[in-house]
Amino acid sequence: MNRELKRVSAVVLLMFVALLCSTSIVQVFQSDNLAADDRNTRTLLDSYSVERGAILAGGEPIAQSIPVDDNFKFQRTYINGLLYAPVTGFIPVNGAPTGLEQALNGELSGTSNAQFFDQVSSLVTGQDPKGAAVETSIDPVAQQAAWDALDDLTGSVVVTEPATGRVLAMVSKPSYDPNTLAVHDSAAVNDTYASLVDAPGDPLINRAINSLNPPGSVFKVVVVAAALESGQFTPDSTFPNPASFQLPGSSSVVTNSGGGTCGGGDTVTIATALALSCNIPMAELGLQLGDDAIREMAEKFGFNSEFTIPLSVTASTYPDNPDAAQTALSAFGQTSVQATPLQMALVSATIANGGIQMQPNLVDEILAPDLSSLQTFEPVAADRVLSAETAATMTRLMVNGVQEGAASNARIDGVDVAGKTGTAENGDDDPYTLWFTGFAPADDPQYAITVLIEDGGGLGQTGYGNLLAAPIAKQVLEAVLNK
Amino acid sequence: MPRQSNQATVPREAAPQTGKIRRLHLPQKLRNLELFLLTIACGVNLGAVVLVQLGALGLIDTTLVLLGASLSGLVFALHFVLRFVAREADPFLLPIATLLNGLGIAMIYRIDIANNESGWASAAVRQTVWSGMAIACAIAVILIIRNHRVLFRYTYVAGFVGVALLLLPLVPGLGREVSGARVWIGIGDFATFQPGEIAKIALAVFFAGYLVRNRDSLSMVGKKFLGMRFPRLRDLGPILVVWALSMSVIIFQRDLGTALLYFGLFLVMLYLATARLSWVLLGMALFLGGALIASQTLEYVNGRFTNWLDALNPVVYDAAGGSYQLVQGLFGLAKGGLIGTGLGQGRPELTPVPQSDYIIASLGEELGLAGIFAILALYLLLVARGFRIGFAGQDDFGKLLGVGLSFVIALQCFIVIGGVTRVIPLTGLTTPFLAAGGSSLVANWIIVALLLRLSDTVRNQPRLVV
Repeated sequence: MNRELKRVSAVVLLMFVALLCSTSIVQVFQSDNLAADDRNTRTLLDSYSVERGAILAGGEPIAQSIPVDDNFKFQRTYINGLLYAPVTGFIPVNGAPTGLEQALNGELSGTSNAQFFDQVSSLVTGQDPKGAAVETSIDPVAQQAAWDALDDLTGSVVVTEPATGRVLAMVSKPSYDPNTLAVHDSAAVNDTYASLVDAPGDPLINRAINSLNPPGSVFKVVVVAAALESGQFTPDSTFPNPASFQLPGSSSVVTNSGGGTCGGGDTVTIATALALSCNIPMAELGLQLGDDAIREMAEKFGFNSEFTIPLSVTASTYPDNPDAAQTALSAFGQTSVQATPLQMALVSATIANGGIQMQPNLVDEILAPDLSSLQTFEPVAADRVLSAETAATMTRLMVNGVQEGAASNARIDGVDVAGKTGTAENGDDDPYTLWFTGFAPADDPQYAITVLIEDGGGLGQTGYGNLLAAPIAKQVLEAVLNK
Repeated sequence: MPRQSNQATVPREAAPQTGKIRRLHLPQKLRNLELFLLTIACGVNLGAVVLVQLGALGLIDTTLVLLGASLSGLVFALHFVLRFVAREADPFLLPIATLLNGLGIAMIYRIDIANNESGWASAAVRQTVWSGMAIACAIAVILIIRNHRVLFRYTYVAGFVGVALLLLPLVPGLGREVSGARVWIGIGDFATFQPGEIAKIALAVFFAGYLVRNRDSLSMVGKKFLGMRFPRLRDLGPILVVWALSMSVIIFQRDLGTALLYFGLFLVMLYLATARLSWVLLGMALFLGGALIASQTLEYVNGRFTNWLDALNPVVYDAAGGSYQLVQGLFGLAKGGLIGTGLGQGRPELTPVPQSDYIIASLGEELGLAGIFAILALYLLLVARGFRIGFAGQDDFGKLLGVGLSFVIALQCFIVIGGVTRVIPLTGLTTPFLAAGGSSLVANWIIVALLLRLSDTVRNQPRLVV
């Protein structure tokens, strides 16, 4: 019987070896993957039980963790939550975080690789680990001015610093209070979340970076830049100036806004067409340039690609294979051209910065709990998009548009503002989308700004960019320039 | 080693003189070692409870410590009983069982704290009381069964009792269904009990006795085929009966684990008794065939297989009766990593039933891979000490019984822990000594008592020198 017993012993040993292997696989080799699983509530709860780092704007906290006496140990609190919601996002007890809470979760919760030695030392000393603080590039004055200027309209304002790419203001309206989603009561969070999802105006969407709209006339800036860079056109290049224009291969007819010709005369220059924001000359220019040249310029500016600031920015789009009619329409930002406010701010900022695009960035610095710097975000030049001459020409054309053209409501006494308005059509009966994009001062650009107003600004199809969007840009620029 | 016939075995009482003389003069080396190990085990257990309190509460609460101390008292009582009635018993069995039992209580207590349970609602208090009763049962067994060969006389009674206990939950009005499996009995709302746990002892006794009596006809006759001697058709009776019993457990009690446990136990004992690999192959074919048919026809078995193979699939995860629990257990184990979060500092309560079926995941979370390895080593040592009885034993009934009882612990560990860590499909069984559950504790402590008795007999018997 002992021979058989030996064999059975071997089987038992094998069974235990199998268990040793399986536990090793789960606990060591698969543990990182399992910890990263979305469904792993342990990971989420762990990110609560450390003192999460603060999110700062202008040195003041806009999100911080306050010790409380419950399972989660800390209550995440958002100061001026409605104003900063697009920046901070929120971290719920029972779901995925959003905004910077999500994008920099590792740093905020102290689990990023840069904080590895802190983790080890807290393991040794027995002190509770702490997360790092995030200093944003947001300027509270600009943010507040943008918030006030937008009033109760549905839309967004983005202000950036052309020379560095820093995002100074990022407002989206309507907004929500992230505090209501950070309470330690899953049921309450679910109820609030559901009601916000159903709320009019989709308050949970960060319009500045995640809302796509037809850019309308603000896209003409991109088309004119493409024309100048092609070397085939100058601002003085002329086009026929009819009052209506039949699209090639289509029965549709394009008119200038307000009807009539673009200024007087049989021909019109690019400079005039941009200043007065005429559609017909742009359609003609677009057809001569071709969709490839426009797309190439748009993609240099950042269209057709997603990027992070470190929030994820939805890709703005220029269509792949438009036919001739669509190419003509795309030249004044209609058909399937779509843009986020941040993308348009990037276009203005690039022109303002002499044609060199700086990577947009929402974060200045990450600070360890002892206030030492873990990571600083230096300005990064992405690419030269335009030659310095083209950028200077574009600036001159855009200043002209504000001083004498269709963007007159953005004028500020004593400061040259460069800008372009847009009034984009959505459906036949849908309200317009209103835009302004520009920068100031034109001779030494400090601020690039883009204003988006959705839903026609409450005026249906009667509102237009210069009426509603340009004054908001003016109000914000005045506030930051007078600071 | 010469094989003895049953009748020729010399009972221990036949040589009273030598026994008495040895007892008077030899120091109790084994018992002293046991006392030493037992002290360490109780110290570790006390430490575990204190660490749980410090980790989860941040203070030391003396009530459970006192309850634990009284339990330690009972274990030491068992030790002193052994000094008188089984002085040559294996010195490792009792400390290992004590340590596992105590670690289980500490972890159950830790989950009570997370769930804010106290008093009689606290599973840890109930587990402690059950442990006391189980150890008392073990003392009784040691005192009553002075010679394991008494059990040989009751082979068929044990078989009847085993089958009856196994089928008891199917009696209308008495059976209780807990999370789908009908393996419980209860009177009113209280005193639920899993008779199947006790049945495994009765069945081990029956299998041992039956196989020793009948192994000649099971092993000698039959046709050779592919180099193995296959049994005659008429000798297939017993294996078919056990197979049918296992299948009925799968079908009517909806308990895959219990069926696997009993059938595995029978197969191993059959193999040991007959030395025929053909029996094992035949049995495995029968069981796998049955399980395959069950997985196709029975929804719950099919679900277990899907959960096992495709646990992380969101569809399987979200399904009713899906892999949610399994995956939560994996998350807990992963959280534990190499060294664990420390007692009282993890979140084992996030996994469903963290104190019973999933206690090993809870322990893995807080003690880490290191803790799991230690626990597995304890089980392996316990099983190895049992197998020693088989290697050193003098009579075949004792050998078979000792190995059978140890193997049942090993197999049960494999089925539960293997289920939690996805070696095999998850089936509901208790982790011996650790998991919350009175019937399991009583059964496992009785097994320890029997192993103690068997090991004492093995050492006391003068070896036959030919």
